[in-house]
Amino acid sequence: MIDAGQGLGWWGVPLAVLAGAIRVSTPYLLVSLGECITEKAGRINLGLEGVLIMGAMAGYGASLASGSPWIGVLAAGIVGALLGLLHGLLCSLRRVNDIAIGISIMLFGTGLAFFLGTPLVQPKAPTLAAIPFGGWSDSSQIQAALQINPLFLIGIALAVLLHFAFRHSRWGLQLRVVGDSEDAARALGYRVLPTRIGATTIGGFLAGIGGAFLSLYYPGSWSEGLSSGQGIIAVVLVIFARWEPLRCLWASLLFGGAGALGPALQSMGMSSGYYLFNAAPYVLTLVILIATCAPDRTLAGAPGELSLVRH
Amino acid sequence: MTAGHVGLSFSGNIYMSTAQTTRWSALAESVGIPTAAMLLAMLLFAGFVLAVGQSPLEVFSLLYQGGFGSAFAWQNTLLRAAPLILTGLAVALPAQAGMVIIGGEGALALGALLAAVAAQVLTGLPPLVVQLGMLLAGALCGATWIGLSGWLRYYRGVNETMSSLLLSYIGIALLNYFVEGPLKDPASLNKPSTRPIGDVNMIGNLPGLEVHYGLVIGAVLALAAWIVLRFTTIGFALRTVGGNPRAAQMAGLRVGSWIVGAAAAGGAAAGLAGAIEVAAVQGSANADVIAGYGYAGILVAFIARQNPLAVLPVSVLIGGINAAGGMLQRRLDMPDATVLVLQGIAFVVIIASETLIGRSYFRRSPAATVPVGAQSEAGG
Repeated sequence: MIDAGQGLGWWGVPLAVLAGAIRVSTPYLLVSLGECITEKAGRINLGLEGVLIMGAMAGYGASLASGSPWIGVLAAGIVGALLGLLHGLLCSLRRVNDIAIGISIMLFGTGLAFFLGTPLVQPKAPTLAAIPFGGWSDSSQIQAALQINPLFLIGIALAVLLHFAFRHSRWGLQLRVVGDSEDAARALGYRVLPTRIGATTIGGFLAGIGGAFLSLYYPGSWSEGLSSGQGIIAVVLVIFARWEPLRCLWASLLFGGAGALGPALQSMGMSSGYYLFNAAPYVLTLVILIATCAPDRTLAGAPGELSLVRH
Repeated sequence: MTAGHVGLSFSGNIYMSTAQTTRWSALAESVGIPTAAMLLAMLLFAGFVLAVGQSPLEVFSLLYQGGFGSAFAWQNTLLRAAPLILTGLAVALPAQAGMVIIGGEGALALGALLAAVAAQVLTGLPPLVVQLGMLLAGALCGATWIGLSGWLRYYRGVNETMSSLLLSYIGIALLNYFVEGPLKDPASLNKPSTRPIGDVNMIGNLPGLEVHYGLVIGAVLALAAWIVLRFTTIGFALRTVGGNPRAAQMAGLRVGSWIVGAAAAGGAAAGLAGAIEVAAVQGSANADVIAGYGYAGILVAFIARQNPLAVLPVSVLIGGINAAGGMLQRRLDMPDATVLVLQGIAFVVIIASETLIGRSYFRRSPAATVPVGAQSEAGG
C-alpha cells in the first residue's frame, strides 16, 4: 500500500486511503459481522479483541506448520469459535456479567497469544494471495490498489447473506426473538441459552478469521502489536451500524479508510504526525459512539436484551 | 456486586437478628470465593504449564522465589505493586458507582506525559514544589481523561467501558506522538523521551530500601478511599447511585456529579501512577511507562472485589507474579508472556466465580437474598 501512494503526488493520498479502506476494513468487517450475530442474540462480547489476536496467532502458526494459508484461516476460525464458546458458556452462569467476562477473555486471549506466538515472530509463513482486479489499468498504483483479498469478498457475501437471513429465515427470527425478549422467546418455545451460546460461538469463529487476515495478509506477519483495539472498534461499529449487516459493511470501509490515513500520509513524508493519525480510528469511533447514543432513549434497532444499551 | 451490598444493608435493618451473621458470612464469602478461585486458576495454570512441557512445581517455586523468596525479590515486587495499587483503584473507585472503567493504561500514559511537562515548566523551583506539581499535573490529567468517560455515560448515554478503552488508546497515541515529536529530547536517540526531569527532582527511596515513596502514596490513598467509602455517607451515596440511579435521584442525590466524580477519582489514581513512574522510576516520559499496569489493574480490582483495602494485598500478589516473570525467562527459557497467561486464567476464573456469590455454603439465610433485578445493573 505504501507503493500505491508514490508517483501520483498528493493525489496518491486519496487513492491510498481507498486502497487502504479495502485492505484494512476486512478484519473490521468480519469481527463486526460476528459481533452483530452475538449482539442480535442479546449478548455483547468485548472479548473479540482477544479472539482477534488469538486468531492471528493461530492462523499464522497453522499456516507455517501446514504450508497452506487456508488451513491457517480455518484454524483461526476454530480457535476463535472455542473462545466464543467459552464466553457463551460462562455468561450462561447466573450473575456473571457479559461485559466483565469479555474483558477477562480479552486479556486471557492476548496473554495466551503472546505466549504461544513467541516462536512465530521470526519465521515467515505462507500468506494469502490477493486477486488482481486492476488488470484493466496501466497505472501500477491503481493495480496495487485493486489487489483484493478473497476474505474481503467472503465478508461482503456474508453481509448480504446475513442481511436476508436475519429478516427472512427461521434461524434469523429465533435469534432476534431471543435477543429482544427472553420471555417472548420462551413463550415461542425457543431455547434461550443454547441460542446465545451458539451465536457467540459463531461470532468468535468470524472474529478468529478476521485475526487470520491480519497475520496472513495485511500486515501479513505475526507480532505482538498486530491488533490494538480493532476488536473493540468493531464492537462499537455494530452499534453505529444499528445491528444491520449491510451497514456493518459500509461502516467497516469507513473505518478502514480512517485507519489507512496514517500510513498513507507517512508514505508522503509526513512522519511527525504519524502517531496522531494512528489515533484517527479511535477518535472516529468515539465521536460516532457519542453521536449515536443518547441518554434518554434506547437506540433504534437495538436488541432489547442487550445490557449495553439498557439504562 | 455493588447492588448486592445495598440490598444487604436494607435487609439487615429488617432482620436485626441475622444482620450480624450476614455481615460475617459476607466477609467469609468475599475472602473465601476469590481465594478458592485463585487456587483453581493456579491449578489450571499448572495444567497449561504441563501441556507446554514444563514442570508446574518448578514454575511455582520460581514464581515464589522471584516474587517473594528474598529481600531483593520483595523490593522488585513492591516496585511493581506501587503502580498496581493506583491502577487498581482506577477501576475500583468508579465501580462503587456501578461503572466498569478499563481505561487506566491511557490515563497512566497521559499522567506521565503531563508530569514530565510540569517538571519542565517548574524547573528551577525547589524539588518538593516540582514533585508536587508533577503529581498534581498527572492526577488532574488522568481525572479529566477518565472523568470524560463518566460524563459521557451520564449525559450522553455512552457505555463507559468502551469509551474509557477508546480514550485509553487515544491517550497512548498522544504520549507516543509527543515523545517522538514536539517534546522529544534530541539527546534521547535510542529511546525517544522527553527531557529528563533532573536527578534533584526525582522522588527518592524509602529509608533502607530500594523502593520509592510512590508505594506509600498508593497505600495511603487506598486506605483513605476505604475509610471514606466505609465510614462516611459518600460510600453509601455512591453505592446508591450505582445500584439504582432513579432511587438516588429521588433521594435528592445529584447523580451526574457522583458518576463523573467517581470516574474522575479513578482517573486521578491512574494519572498519579503515571506521574510517579516518571518522577520515581523513568526520570522522563517515554514509551516504557506503557507496561501493562493499567490492564493488570483491572485484574487487581476484580480480585479485590472492588474493595480499596483489598487492593493492597492483591497488588502485592500480582506485582510478585509480574516480578517473577523475568526469573521464569532466565531459568526455564519461558516467554515473557507466561505471567500474562497466569493472569488471564485468573481473570476468567475470578469473573466466573461471581456466580457463587450469594448462594455459597456461607450464605443460607433468607435475609441475604438479593432482588434479582438489582444484579443485572451491577456490571453495566
